[in-house]
Amino acid sequence: MSSGDGSSEPSSKISKISKKPRYSRFTQQELPACKPILTPGLVITILISLAIIFIPIGLSSISASENVVELVDRYDDVCIPSNSSNHDEKIGFIQDAATNKTCFRTWIVPKKMNHPIFVYYQLDNFYQNHRRYVKSRSDHQLWSPKSERATKLCEPEAQNDDDKPIVPCGLIAWSLFNDTYRFSRNDDAIEINKKDIAWGSDRTKKFGSDVYPKNFQTRGLIGGAKLNESIPLSQQEDLIVWMRTAALPSFRKLYGRIETDLEANDKITIEIQNNYNTYSFNGRKKLVISTTTWIGGKNDFLGRMYMTVGGTSLFFAIAFSILFVIKPR
Amino acid sequence: MASDSQIEINENSYKIPDFTRNSSSQRSISSIQSIQSKTSVREVGFSSELGSKPIKYGSRGADSRGLSTSYKEINDEDARLVYVNDPVRTNDKFELAGNSIRTAKYSILTFLPRNLFEQFHRVAYIYFLVIAILNQLPQLAVFGREASILPLAFVLFVTAVKDAYEDYRRHRSDKIENNRLAWVLSNEKFEQKKWKNICVGEIIKVSGNETLPCDMVLLSTSDATGVAYVQTTNLDGESNLKTRYAKQETQMRNPQEEKISGLIKCEKPNRNIYGFQANMDIDGKRISLGPSNIILRGCELKNTDWAIGVAVYAGKETKAMLNNSGAPSKRSRLESRMNREIIYLSIFLVTLCTIVCICHGVWLRRHNDELDLMQFYRKKDYSEPEVENYEYYGWGMEIFFVFLMALNINEDLGQIKYVFSDKTGTLTENKMEFQCASIGGVDYDNGKASTEDDRIGHSIQADGMVLKPKMTVKLDSELLNLSKRKHTDDGRHVRDFFMALAACNTIVPLTVETSDPAVKLIEYQGESPDEQALVYAAATYGFMLIERTSGHIVIDIQGERQRFNVLGLHEFDSERKRMSVILGCPDNTVKLFVKGADTSMFSVIDKSSNSNMVKATEAHLNSYSSKGLRTLVIGMRELSASEFEQWQSSYESASTAVMGRAGLLRKVANNIENHLNSLGASGIEDKLQQGVPEAIESLRMAGIKVWVLTGDKQETAISIGYSSKLLTSKMTQIVINNNSKDSCKKSLEDALLLCKKLTTVSDATRGGPGAGIGQLALIIDGTSLVYILDTELEEQLFELASRCTVVLCCRVAPLQKAGIVALIKHRTDDMTLAIGDGANDVSMIQKADVGIGISGQEGRQAVMASDFAMGQFRFLVPLLLVHGHWNYQRMSYMILYNFYRNAVFVLVLFWYVLFTSFTLTTAITDWSSVLYSVIYTSLPTIVVGVLDKDLSRATLLKYPQLYGAGQRSESYNGKLFWVMILDTLWQSVVAFFVPFLAYWESDVDGSSLGDLWTIAVVVMVNIHLAMDVIRWYWITHAAIWGSIIATFICVMIIDAVPILPGYWAFFHIADTKLFWVCLLGITVGALVPHFAVKFVQYYRPNNIQIAREAEKFGNSRESPDAQIEMNPIFDPPHRSGG
Repeated sequence: MSSGDGSSEPSSKISKISKKPRYSRFTQQELPACKPILTPGLVITILISLAIIFIPIGLSSISASENVVELVDRYDDVCIPSNSSNHDEKIGFIQDAATNKTCFRTWIVPKKMNHPIFVYYQLDNFYQNHRRYVKSRSDHQLWSPKSERATKLCEPEAQNDDDKPIVPCGLIAWSLFNDTYRFSRNDDAIEINKKDIAWGSDRTKKFGSDVYPKNFQTRGLIGGAKLNESIPLSQQEDLIVWMRTAALPSFRKLYGRIETDLEANDKITIEIQNNYNTYSFNGRKKLVISTTTWIGGKNDFLGRMYMTVGGTSLFFAIAFSILFVIKPR
Repeated sequence: MASDSQIEINENSYKIPDFTRNSSSQRSISSIQSIQSKTSVREVGFSSELGSKPIKYGSRGADSRGLSTSYKEINDEDARLVYVNDPVRTNDKFELAGNSIRTAKYSILTFLPRNLFEQFHRVAYIYFLVIAILNQLPQLAVFGREASILPLAFVLFVTAVKDAYEDYRRHRSDKIENNRLAWVLSNEKFEQKKWKNICVGEIIKVSGNETLPCDMVLLSTSDATGVAYVQTTNLDGESNLKTRYAKQETQMRNPQEEKISGLIKCEKPNRNIYGFQANMDIDGKRISLGPSNIILRGCELKNTDWAIGVAVYAGKETKAMLNNSGAPSKRSRLESRMNREIIYLSIFLVTLCTIVCICHGVWLRRHNDELDLMQFYRKKDYSEPEVENYEYYGWGMEIFFVFLMALNINEDLGQIKYVFSDKTGTLTENKMEFQCASIGGVDYDNGKASTEDDRIGHSIQADGMVLKPKMTVKLDSELLNLSKRKHTDDGRHVRDFFMALAACNTIVPLTVETSDPAVKLIEYQGESPDEQALVYAAATYGFMLIERTSGHIVIDIQGERQRFNVLGLHEFDSERKRMSVILGCPDNTVKLFVKGADTSMFSVIDKSSNSNMVKATEAHLNSYSSKGLRTLVIGMRELSASEFEQWQSSYESASTAVMGRAGLLRKVANNIENHLNSLGASGIEDKLQQGVPEAIESLRMAGIKVWVLTGDKQETAISIGYSSKLLTSKMTQIVINNNSKDSCKKSLEDALLLCKKLTTVSDATRGGPGAGIGQLALIIDGTSLVYILDTELEEQLFELASRCTVVLCCRVAPLQKAGIVALIKHRTDDMTLAIGDGANDVSMIQKADVGIGISGQEGRQAVMASDFAMGQFRFLVPLLLVHGHWNYQRMSYMILYNFYRNAVFVLVLFWYVLFTSFTLTTAITDWSSVLYSVIYTSLPTIVVGVLDKDLSRATLLKYPQLYGAGQRSESYNGKLFWVMILDTLWQSVVAFFVPFLAYWESDVDGSSLGDLWTIAVVVMVNIHLAMDVIRWYWITHAAIWGSIIATFICVMIIDAVPILPGYWAFFHIADTKLFWVCLLGITVGALVPHFAVKFVQYYRPNNIQIAREAEKFGNSRESPDAQIEMNPIFDPPHRSGG
């Protein structure tokens, strides 16, 4: 806390001429400046312009959200035998490889849905953002076959029982979602396009085209899907989508696209292979089909928020104007 | 034994023919008497309490007060026994300190622990250390092990190296000091000995211009009368010479020929440089010793060939070393505040961690049986999962770095409430100048232009040498001509006037060599700068005082040397307020010259003889004092032989009196000082530094209390108080001038009563113009402070002082100055500032929150010890009012802002943790978390913190009241802090939950959402800052908008690294309109409350806001408002008096 150095500014003013620092407008803090001041006029102008911007955006996003047609169906609770009511029975059912897990659901399309229609699976109460989980991967291994032993963070799914590295290693890959859906309308199968569901950037730069799954899901506990060892990772799009871990514990993952329009009142039958174990942690599985608009999926929140902010601004603009007329400062 | 010695001088002075024998006999008589009755010991007690220069108060009335003072004998257990010339015996019984000194703090062994201990006084370091240690545990490591230790180690190392270097230099200077040589008596002759080997009890000989190695009692000096002159600049900052006396009993002895042995019984070492009490038993006689018999370490012997003394205090027990309080590590207010902030921050983080820990624990418990199967959890070994939570400390670490940047003592400058100022050299230039004279009723004002030639002044030739006075005054040619006419009436009057100036004083002339060997300068040394000025003036007009011994003076009157016998001298005392000298002139007449304050002089001047002249003089005096000049009236009288004899006999009997000697002497003086002829009056300017009254006025308007602490005598201090506008005639003065604890207590109580009465009176008249009358000025002297400081009376003094507008402390010792500063500092939270220029101000400068050194004539010590250095007092005004204000505004805003911007970020991270089953996942990439404080938001903080000004320099100087914002902590206080916390919570909630809700149940991935949060927080925080910026420079624009752009670029770069999980995420999310809609919504939604608060500020403006608007829109509409709003600060009662 001692003198001199800390006091450059005052001392520059007062030291002897011989010590006078070179004058510059910066050090003397005499740069040209503009000094805006909040005046009632300015405040009201700002508030009104906020209202003018926010209310239209709010309206349009509400209408966009309204235009989204979204069908959501929770199936994890119905796609198990009705006799397995308690927790352990559910887990026993889902872990038993021998049981028939096929399940049929029927939907009526409420409104016309224009293609592309996005098919998502939604998991609730699944913490893909769990610290242990998000770290349990090896990006090096995914990209380059040379790094297949880079499995330090992947425990407990780093190596198989023979100490061979698992590719892709880690909990994320191990827990790959493995329910499958087959859509049909009036007994005509609706094709689900599973191409290009993953980000192009991931396919070209993150998942190597010469990296093939190895020793995957070979150990005692099966976490989820198995991978075809003859297809390189860059083409395992389900895996790539799954590996983009979700931000929030309730998330959707793109399953595929339906490239045809669905008319209102179409009756759609979905054949679900209910393989994935969400019963162990009380998770929920939902199947979602949805169209999109500029705002994304169905979500009223943003529109409402914009309306609120815009409305508040307008209210205050008016209130302040009145205040200034009645009781100026 | 001060007054005693004083009298001795007087005795000496009139016994011219055979003064040595005569006076010494008288002296021994008086000494014997004093032993018998012990009066002199009592008087010692009194005079030591009086202060440093008892010679001034030679004939001061001690009878009333002196009698009431109880007899002081030094108790054996409180005493130190010094056997003169027997160091072995002296040091045998007591453990006395050697003379080696040690100012260094550390030794090689103690350096590491002590230095580390001192450094770890900063909470931040401890905090840092805890984090670093936690980081060493493998489970908790956030950063690399080395990386976490390195920054702390680096800081500690650099500081340690700096401290070590400084200490090394101290060691070196100690060594030099300790190895200096002094002449010490051993085996009957003086031998050279190193300072550090000097022991108490040894006899030391010091030659002229040498520095004294230790505190010693004078035994004899080269001067026959036992006088030694010392300069005490190092001790009290006064550059004039002080007289010290050797006792007559020891004076005539030569220790080399005749062994001196005796016993000195003195006080334990103490800090009071103006006090000393001792007895000396020598040759079976007991002599009492007072402060005028001791010469202190650090003083220089001047104008005396040699002096012999016996060491009584050595080394660290010397008064100089005891007064050197060392260089305390000054902890700024900000530093302690930062400590507090870090504790808050730690509490904040620990709270967050605890919440997360508990939540996670609950979560684990509830899911205990499922863990093994859970796809996103599975782990074989899941003991102690909670420890991960400590990674929060990693965030704390980042925040810590930011807080360091805000560190600066400058902020303190904006909150000063008390200014403690030295007088000499700080308020004044320390130069008295003779300005004008009124002689015989005629005003000779130097204003009548004098030519350059006249300025050369008078010089005399003697033995082929030219003698010149060192300083000259402006000459009035008319007066000069007049003074050369010996035989006219006017001429004689003028000559008498100048004679009086040259003779009636206690000045010692010194000749100083110059570069030209033929020219010598005469320098006048004396305790009173007024007298110096007068003598210089007389010298310029050709009445040059050339020589002074105790018995006669030689004055060169316009080329003609004349010797005058000094028959008698009545010293100045504050009761008579005048001094007189009785001269035996060469023409065998005896003349009495008197000079003194006008009030005391006019009562003794014979007005009947020349009433017109007296009236004219009085008129001139009034005009002088209205100009702020210090005035003295001079009178003279020729004494008839009978009168003189009468005086002589009464003087002799008075000066040998045992009881109430001082009172008797005063009576004698009063008897002779009457029926004077008025010669005239002089006007002396105690040159204030340029702009001091204005500066003090500004400071007072700013609500800063200015205290003047000075070593000067009370009258001088008060007159400076008036001329510097510190004191006004409207003020009620409370003078506390006591010499015992009880009387101090009484006067404090009286003063408090008076003060309360006045306050209530002024309360009654509040609102009227009479409000200012209630202002109080407290004048207190060092002697009273001795009894007040460090006792329970402190509390009362504080109460009194805080009610007073002005406090003047006179005759204060260096450490008392610090004590006064501490008095305020310990009892209030108000910031204190000390300003001074001399070595005697060092302790005060170090004690105050802010110390300012004036680089003046008194050396560099003050500057070295200070936090800021400046050239003149008046620069204090811009320093405080402008830079202090700016710094305060900037720093307090920056502290709030820095807390806010880090807390928002941490809170956004925290909210996210609540949705990751409490496991501390961060959606925001690690890189962004690090860069957040380094790149994304730091530059605008720095730029705004450095450049922003709320008001222009001109406005701040014009309205000193604006400074009040800092004193009232308007920009940083509890209320603002909590408002800021609420705002922070709101903003973090908006920033987190808008994306959260907008992307709920969508297919967004963590990295993309993290990027949105990063950018949203950065934009929000920067625009928040932008809303608060008052002055927009192009650099401000560049920094704020540039930071936002830089953030985008950085996020892009981070997301362009394929190996990171978030590869390309930003480009995907920025491709959707939802992202931008969210960003806009967050920014506006988050900042709406802040905007509203700003609007409320507009609607309920404070002074600063008003001044800003006045500045912007001119004075047309706003300034009447401003006046009205600012008025309350003028009101003294609004000061929160403590």
